[in-house]
Amino acid sequence: MYTQGMYEIIKKEQIAEDTFDLTLSCRDLCDLVNPGQFVHISVPGFFLRRPISICGIDKDSGTIRIVFQIKGKGTDALSKFEVGEQLDMLGPLGIGFKLLESDKKVITVGGGIGTPPMLAVAKYYGKNATAISGFRTKDLVILQDDFKAQNNKTILCTDDGTAGEKGFVTDALARCLKEEKPDMIYACGPVVMLKAVSEIARNNEISCQISLEERMACGVGACLGCAVKMTRGGREFYGHVCKNGPVFDSKEVVL
Amino acid sequence: MADLSVKFCGVDMKNPLITASGAYGYGREYTDLYSLSKIGGISTKGTTLYEKDGNPPPRIAETPCGMLNSVGLQNGGIKKFLAYELPNLEKNNLAVVANVAGGTIEECVELVSMLEGTSVNIIELNISCPNVKQGGAAFGTNKDCAAEITKAVKNATSKPLMVKLSPNVTSIVDIAKAVEAEGADAISLINTLLGMRIDIKSRRPILKNNVGGLSGPAVFPIAVRMVWQVANAVDIPVCGMGGISCAEDAIEMMMAGAECFQIGAVMFNDPYAPVKIIDGLNEWCDKNGVKNISEIVGTVKPW
Repeated sequence: MYTQGMYEIIKKEQIAEDTFDLTLSCRDLCDLVNPGQFVHISVPGFFLRRPISICGIDKDSGTIRIVFQIKGKGTDALSKFEVGEQLDMLGPLGIGFKLLESDKKVITVGGGIGTPPMLAVAKYYGKNATAISGFRTKDLVILQDDFKAQNNKTILCTDDGTAGEKGFVTDALARCLKEEKPDMIYACGPVVMLKAVSEIARNNEISCQISLEERMACGVGACLGCAVKMTRGGREFYGHVCKNGPVFDSKEVVL
Repeated sequence: MADLSVKFCGVDMKNPLITASGAYGYGREYTDLYSLSKIGGISTKGTTLYEKDGNPPPRIAETPCGMLNSVGLQNGGIKKFLAYELPNLEKNNLAVVANVAGGTIEECVELVSMLEGTSVNIIELNISCPNVKQGGAAFGTNKDCAAEITKAVKNATSKPLMVKLSPNVTSIVDIAKAVEAEGADAISLINTLLGMRIDIKSRRPILKNNVGGLSGPAVFPIAVRMVWQVANAVDIPVCGMGGISCAEDAIEMMMAGAECFQIGAVMFNDPYAPVKIIDGLNEWCDKNGVKNISEIVGTVKPW
């Protein structure tokens, strides 16, 4: 189930270089949403909607939170919206993360602007989630206090060592797995990171779910634009990020 | 309330709006928002004899006032359509236009033969897809090939045959006349215009297919011009499409000579577009004293 409407921005903050954090009041949409789903936002002056992952869900207040980075002219225009203005959103769309019982141990791995959807899934597991986040440098670091506020263990990595530990998220993940194997790994980030995380998960026989993005038009599975190569029962075919995903079992996609 | 009903090649539709092939799947994806019975008809996702994978991603690129796509006719094949999609469409009150595409004339003939005896109202023969290597636009950009395939398919079906034309030709009128002469019952146009975008950072085309079909408001004036030219050149009815994004655009298209119209890319921006356009047609007719929408077809008064 999804809906479409105009929803008011009730909070806005710039949280890092080119990175914005919006909270929207959207009772009907919020009632339907699960971690890992996305909203499809219409930006005036641009023909196609922008798919943005959902970072926070507050069912009590009927609000969702989205965190996005300026990547082009569309997201730049989106960043100019202010508190009190309304956004045209379609959502929630796609299939979110599969959740285990909340007392299971999980690791979330977020790379760069792939970090926001990890916050929504880590919230569900509280102290049983370890959130590994990686950024190029300290100016791009986001959401670390938010993970801590929901009792997640956090490991911060930067490529240049200017914040947290120097190195890649995959190094931190491999180290965590030596101590204790989780019941699930969740990941979102650049394809090269997702490939590496998927391989580590496979080698350690741990279930892994990854969230993907692709250039998208309809957002609901009608146009078949956002293709991703999938594999099931030895057969390869094109699935679609908006309908079969954005969250996929890492064993079912060919990256 | 005006009368929006139209009769298009013998098929009664409650309004002249058909959702365009490739933009609306088989109608399942938008029923969270409104009933399929709101729309006049659906032109199904282009369906081939066998399941088709489509092209590698990226398949979508945004353009000024529009978009490129290179989906490449990904679909589950005619057997899946008949077993799974058509029964679902039959539950609704709307005209079913089966959009079919084949790599060879024989494939097209087999496809339409399989639709005999089904509830499909109209066959839309796609001879204009720019994104497939075989068939597709290869048929639609050559007058003789267009005529040959129309003749063969017409002989294989008892249903009204609408041929969907490509705008990527020197003379759309010549192609329209050629398919009319071989028995086409209607013509729909325009399919997408071949386009390209390049990422200047990577110096790579945005589409993995390098080129793709342009649609959206950017192509609307071209579509109006071509519909007007074709409607004036043939005696069979014309279904107009290409960049329609509001009721006023639909009225313009009908004034150019289209008896009904299709909408596509606009729904990616506004999924409620079909409902808004139908409501807008009603309002416009009421305001302008038009009792039946068909009155306006071809009423443009050229200078």
